[in-house]
Amino acid sequence: MSTRVEIPQQVAPVKAAHARGRSWRGSIDTLRALGRFTRRKPLGAIGAVIVVALLVMAVFAEQIAPYGYDESIRGARMQSPSATYWLGTDNLSRDIWSRIVYGARVSITIGFATVGMAVALATTVGVSSGYFGGIYDLIVQRVVDAWLSFPALVIVLSVMAVLGPGLLNVALSLAIIIAAINSRVIRGATIAIAHGTYVEAARAVGCGHARIIMRHILPNVVATIIILATIGLGTAILAESALSFLGFGVPPPYPAWGAMLSGSGRTYMFRAPWMAIWPGVAISLAVFGFNMLGDALRDVLDPRLRGSGSVR
Amino acid sequence: MLRRYLAKRLLVAIPSLLIASLIVFTLPRLIPGDVVVLMLAEKAYAKDLDELRAKLGLDRPLPVQYVEWLGRVARGDLGESLWTKRPVLEEIGQRLPITFELAMFGLFFALLIAIPVGLIAAARQDTIQDYVARSAAILGLSVPGFWLATLLIVLPAIWWGWRPVTGFVEFSRDPVGHVTQLLLPALILGIATGAALMRLTRGMLLEVLRQDYVRTAWAKGLTERVIVMKHGLRNAIIPVVTLLGTQLPQVIGGTVIIETVFGLPGMSRFLFDAINQRDYPVIQGVNLVVVSLIVVINLTIDALYAVLDPRIRY
Repeated sequence: MSTRVEIPQQVAPVKAAHARGRSWRGSIDTLRALGRFTRRKPLGAIGAVIVVALLVMAVFAEQIAPYGYDESIRGARMQSPSATYWLGTDNLSRDIWSRIVYGARVSITIGFATVGMAVALATTVGVSSGYFGGIYDLIVQRVVDAWLSFPALVIVLSVMAVLGPGLLNVALSLAIIIAAINSRVIRGATIAIAHGTYVEAARAVGCGHARIIMRHILPNVVATIIILATIGLGTAILAESALSFLGFGVPPPYPAWGAMLSGSGRTYMFRAPWMAIWPGVAISLAVFGFNMLGDALRDVLDPRLRGSGSVR
Repeated sequence: MLRRYLAKRLLVAIPSLLIASLIVFTLPRLIPGDVVVLMLAEKAYAKDLDELRAKLGLDRPLPVQYVEWLGRVARGDLGESLWTKRPVLEEIGQRLPITFELAMFGLFFALLIAIPVGLIAAARQDTIQDYVARSAAILGLSVPGFWLATLLIVLPAIWWGWRPVTGFVEFSRDPVGHVTQLLLPALILGIATGAALMRLTRGMLLEVLRQDYVRTAWAKGLTERVIVMKHGLRNAIIPVVTLLGTQLPQVIGGTVIIETVFGLPGMSRFLFDAINQRDYPVIQGVNLVVVSLIVVINLTIDALYAVLDPRIRY
């Protein structure tokens, strides 16, 4: 005897129609929410467009860029911007637009790697410090204090001297700094939540620390973490460009926007100013996009965080 | 009361400073492999590894090394540069005034931008002036200082044939030339900090302008200028002063790039060169001096905060 439940033939199309209706309604709701966000936060919407464009450039660099990032074009040394070479060419006859498109990949990779590591570290430190408090909090906060007393770029350069150049090392050194700043904000949010009556109630019914943190604290600090991560992406891209400019970033010939501004970008800047202009425009636009989006998300998700700002 | 508060702040600052010194001490020792081999690879400093290891005290246990190093630091001995062979403290002493001057000028420009723009943005909330000011602030936070510096060198040279002075002019030789050469680098340094301070000034001022006493001032028929300047700005400025302290590490961090781009022989450039040459005593020394200065300045700002606002009782 079979236990399979047969769906009557006429029910299946009705179910499918319901599902289609739900999916249509879902799409319309999403579009409406996007429209509301655009009306309420036009600058945030501009930021979102820039961020999406940047992500598309990073993912589809091979399809978007007309030339390879290290491809020398015969007879096209230091050509000014034109219909053929949109942003001009550099001293090694490479197309600057193509290099900027590939450079987005470096910025996005380092940005996300940095923020991923920073968020994991900041959440661990911030939540545990805010939740457990006492002598543990005191010691952790003094270490964070000490870490924050160092100028970010100074300590990042010192860490890079220890780790050596490279994509992962850049992300790691930046993550340590961003995590220290973010852990403070997450700790503050955790303290506010840890004193809530529902946390007290959970404790009263015998929930352990791990359960309280996972089920009650973490879901309530997620909004704070999303905002910090978005703003942190802009900060990481800016800091990475500074490190690349100083020669501590991704080694050549892979194009990093900051590195494009140093070296030959500076040597030939008077003869071919476009070599120094466009990489800077790309950095500024990318950071502007993430900052705008982060600001708008903060206003929508958690206005209490206004003023926590970004780091430089 | 103020003295008690400051003593308490000092007590909190001392452990932070000690932990910072531990970070400064530990960083070069985290290098994979043997630091002495690396030093010898960079520059022949001693005849053999053991001699250099003994000279640097690296043959003793780490806690002993740390206590000995701290003892030497307390006596003002930060060691000797591996490259110039001169005492690190002496080298820092020569370069610190340039970085300090640059940072102070930078903060001055930051305030010069932040307060008037923040004031206009708050007084004209949600108008075109406000939107322009807020967008400009985010743009100021987004534009990299080294790019702005490059543009300010390249564009005037192309358009008007004007280039900023290269080579450092000492104050004792030409005071006007000395100050003039720092203006452009300081302006670039101040833009990002100015943007952050502007956002805070606007936010604080908006909060103050919604207070009851401000409504009373409007009801009394006072002019907008008096209300904003006398009742608003005076009360909104205090958190801005506090934020100056938190911005200081970032301003000093920014001097690394500005000194490199403009060729200023300051402490940050000295650190940058030391990192490139792996001159560990210099890296340790500069980091320690910078972090100590920041802690002391933040303590001073805390005291200033209490003096500025007599309502604050600790």
